[in-house]
Amino acid sequence: MDFSTILTYMYTEIALVGVIIAALLYDLIAGARGRKYFHGVICTLMLLFIAGTVWPYQQENASIFGGMFVYAPIYSIVKSVLAIGTLLVFLLSDSWLRKPDTEFKRGEFYVLTLSTLLGMDFMVSAGHFMMFFIGLELASVPMSCLVAFDKYKHNSAEAGAKYILSALFASGLMLYGISFFYGTTGTLYFEDMVPMINGSALQILAMVFFFTGLGFKISLVPFHLWTADTYEGAPTPVTSYLSVVSKAAAAFALMVVLIKVFAPMVEYWQTLLYIVIVLSITVANLFAIRQKNLKRFLAFSSISQAGYIMLAVISGTPYGMTSLVYYVLVYMVANLAAFGVITAVEQNSGKVNMEDYNGLYKTNPKLAIVMMLAIFSLAGIPPFAGFFSKFFIFAAAFEQGFHVLVFIALLNTIISLYYYMLVVKAMFITPNDSPIATFRSDNSTRLSLLLCLAGILILGLASSVFDGINLYAFGM
Amino acid sequence: MEYTILILLLPFLSFLLIGLLDTKLKPTAAGIFGTVVTGAVAVLSYWTAISYFVGGRNAEGLFPTMIPWNAEWLPFGGNLHIDLGILLDPISVMMLVVISTVSFMVHIYSFGYMKGERGFQRYYAFLSLFTMSMLGLVVATNIFQMYIFWELVGVSSYLLIGFYYTKKEAIAASKKAFIVTRFADLGFLIGILIYGFYTGSFSFTPDSAVIGSAKVFLPLALGLMFIGGAGKSAMFPLHIWLPDAMEGPTPVSALIHAATMVVAGVYLVARMFPLFIGYAPEVLHITAYVGAFTALYAAVVACVQSDIKRVLAFSTISQIGFMIVALGVCTSADPHEGGLGYMASMFHLFTHAMFKALLFLGAGCIIHAVHSNEMSAMGGLRKYMPVTHVTFLVACLAIAGIWPLSGFFSKDEILAACFGFSPVMGWVMTFIAGLTAFYMFRLYYCIFWGKENKELHAEHTPHEAPLTMTIPLIFLAAVTLFAGWIPFGEFVSSNGQAYHIHIDWAVAATSLCVAAAGIAIATWMYLREDRTVADSLAAKFSGLHKAAYHRFYIDEIYQFVTHRIIFACISTPIAWFDRHVVDGFMNMLAWISNQCSWLIKGMQSGNVQKYGIWFLGGALGLVVILLLI
Repeated sequence: MDFSTILTYMYTEIALVGVIIAALLYDLIAGARGRKYFHGVICTLMLLFIAGTVWPYQQENASIFGGMFVYAPIYSIVKSVLAIGTLLVFLLSDSWLRKPDTEFKRGEFYVLTLSTLLGMDFMVSAGHFMMFFIGLELASVPMSCLVAFDKYKHNSAEAGAKYILSALFASGLMLYGISFFYGTTGTLYFEDMVPMINGSALQILAMVFFFTGLGFKISLVPFHLWTADTYEGAPTPVTSYLSVVSKAAAAFALMVVLIKVFAPMVEYWQTLLYIVIVLSITVANLFAIRQKNLKRFLAFSSISQAGYIMLAVISGTPYGMTSLVYYVLVYMVANLAAFGVITAVEQNSGKVNMEDYNGLYKTNPKLAIVMMLAIFSLAGIPPFAGFFSKFFIFAAAFEQGFHVLVFIALLNTIISLYYYMLVVKAMFITPNDSPIATFRSDNSTRLSLLLCLAGILILGLASSVFDGINLYAFGM
Repeated sequence: MEYTILILLLPFLSFLLIGLLDTKLKPTAAGIFGTVVTGAVAVLSYWTAISYFVGGRNAEGLFPTMIPWNAEWLPFGGNLHIDLGILLDPISVMMLVVISTVSFMVHIYSFGYMKGERGFQRYYAFLSLFTMSMLGLVVATNIFQMYIFWELVGVSSYLLIGFYYTKKEAIAASKKAFIVTRFADLGFLIGILIYGFYTGSFSFTPDSAVIGSAKVFLPLALGLMFIGGAGKSAMFPLHIWLPDAMEGPTPVSALIHAATMVVAGVYLVARMFPLFIGYAPEVLHITAYVGAFTALYAAVVACVQSDIKRVLAFSTISQIGFMIVALGVCTSADPHEGGLGYMASMFHLFTHAMFKALLFLGAGCIIHAVHSNEMSAMGGLRKYMPVTHVTFLVACLAIAGIWPLSGFFSKDEILAACFGFSPVMGWVMTFIAGLTAFYMFRLYYCIFWGKENKELHAEHTPHEAPLTMTIPLIFLAAVTLFAGWIPFGEFVSSNGQAYHIHIDWAVAATSLCVAAAGIAIATWMYLREDRTVADSLAAKFSGLHKAAYHRFYIDEIYQFVTHRIIFACISTPIAWFDRHVVDGFMNMLAWISNQCSWLIKGMQSGNVQKYGIWFLGGALGLVVILLLI
């Protein structure tokens, strides 16, 4: 194996490392003046990175480093989706990073975020549990720094502490699970493990423990408790990153591992997921109903969305994989649009409560409309993209015979409709004597909102997106 | 002929542009834009027609059926798929010409008629939408595409009837039109589904091999499709929406409710004609009886109405009855052997579209002048409005079937076809033709001659309409004068072969005499200022007169059935069940959700240690569950 083979299959990660090094160097070399342009520089770099890696170059699966690192075209697509999400987060974080107390460390924000992205990429492409765990940790540890980025603010620091403690706990349990696997199979390579997986009691225990680690990242019930506190306390752009990119990466990784490694235990993990899905969707919905703080509200919304995402995973088919990637893409644009509006409002008025949004339509009609469309898409109202993505995951699960589960999920969409509409009602109907004053958000936020909006409107109607993903998912 | 796609795209873009910009656009700008676009569509349609017919016949002596555009839109697996495309054949090309001409005229006319109205831009946007839908309907390549555009014309008709949405009657009329036609369209849709299911395609011309097995169901499917057509074309007893639809602006009545949309049912039967004649001739004849009854009924009602637009509406229903009869009396696909009706029907559709649009536009000028629809506000208008008067007279003569105006030729062919079918049908239709002449001239005399309503006219002197309104009148009158001489059979005939029209002089003489008699009676009764004859007749047959004036109480029967039977006996109990049982259940669910969310509140305590316990407890719980099952 020479360098060219590595470059052929690991081009995404190598390019990403390049971007990280460039960001580090820029941060080091550019003075206070140069930092003013940091945002433009990093966004351009990301754009180039995405443009260079968006479609898979190699059409066949391959593994390098003796099976440690696996390449498949669908992984490449997944990584592109994650990178696009990261770029959108960068775009909407500018107004926050411009504040005097974060301005001087904005470079850290970029490098930390990109490091987690790199970790996720490795996690998705892992062919060995050690690799997988390193990727996961690389995605977790910088994340806690990000959560506590506003470290002098009480909320942010508390959120960071809760995140890192929970993450440690989850990682510990996961490692424990992996060690059981090592004990029962004698290897940690995915491919070598498969024949040894037999569904013994110890392996079931191990699988559940392994699952908790990812369940924590995806924030599935009952491993979700950190979510609301962390989402509320973390800076809003970080929250949006957590709720979208981090969650999506873990969901992909979980699906890959379940299909590839735990295929012999399919009944067990389908039952496991079944319970977790029902719990996640229902419990999160019940909590979401009574949230007053929009960030907490979206935290519970994202837990319930995670439950829906698992519907695609539970099918365990290539069609499910396509639906998963598509769902995540659609969820990403909608959720980032919602967070974009929240960030803009928070940066300009400091308000994050639902009642503060009363009458937003009167003063900031454009933002209110973006928010409304994002919420329509999240709730799955046609003709927005969210409707189609929900349709596909339901179809994927239904196809595999999970009829009751799909029915429960459908019932829950009705509950979710109620609390999603509360936000729309606040913005458009409820009168308010002192609504949020009219303001003009900065160009970067506008751009990200515009991109998200385009995604919400177009992704659902352009069938080519789904078909394009589907093309590669069947090669998995 | 790829450019034909523009015929659909241009009005659609115009709809989008005017509709989206709406009040941001100046009214005149919207009007001019819409009119120019429709003008362009008209030019394109004429160009298509010319190049299509000049292109000539193929070796079999037929004008080739062309599909310059087609896209598979929705595949269902197997051979069943819904396509969207453009189909050119003699009748669709003919319809393109009719629709674009009338639409263009109406666009110009509306400039004057709708001047200063609130929602002028909206009006033009809807007109563009309608034009697009109607054109799409006639060029449909398959029955499903036709259905899609069929519903689109229904929607645009609904929007335009209810254009004056602050007026109660207009709202009621638009709803009525929508519900009645939609109800009929249900039949159409079921027909289409049966057709698609058994023949395995939505094409107008399925493989004859496939049809073999579907033969039994074809009459049913075609009959159901005809119900849809009867709804749109206001056949008895689904005609009730059309007279009320006159609440819309008058140019709309001219375009939609006289010339184009209401003949969609006729077009549908003509489109499916090969199937009707081949597999369901008995259904075709039923349509003839429905059409004949409708024609008679509407003609009788038209004789006693006092609202001029309603007279015209019933006249339209009656004339569409003629077209349906002409199609229904066909017994073979050969125009020389009992297939003459097809050509006659299409010919009449063409000429009727022109002169009926002319009549409606003329009525619009009159309403514009006296601000009322009632005949009592009119009388003696000929000296105030010379252009309207002359053009209106031309149209009346044409519809009465007087030589050498266009109506004479087309009606003559229809009557000839009816006599060919059965003498009874021939005489009945001839009698209705006489009635037509009578009520049209009654209308004409009541408007332009007779007793003038001096008080009203002194208050507000009637005046001739502006040029934008009279030019379309003159153009349509010219078409009406000369359209009869078009050798229509050379272009359109039941089997596609050239058919040389020859006038059956016996039939022609009879119909001329009957028409002349009708006109003479009308002249005797209504020309003079005092109408003793008419009044005494009305008094003598007061029962009949009253019943006809109330349209034989058909609306009241519908009212009774819907309100007393359907609403009271079926809807009310269901509504109660919905409100108390279904809603109650839902409210209970909401209450339970709420309670549950209170109960589990403690889980989210904010305490990390407790989170850890939940985490571990949850994981172990899952392990236990997995181990147990």
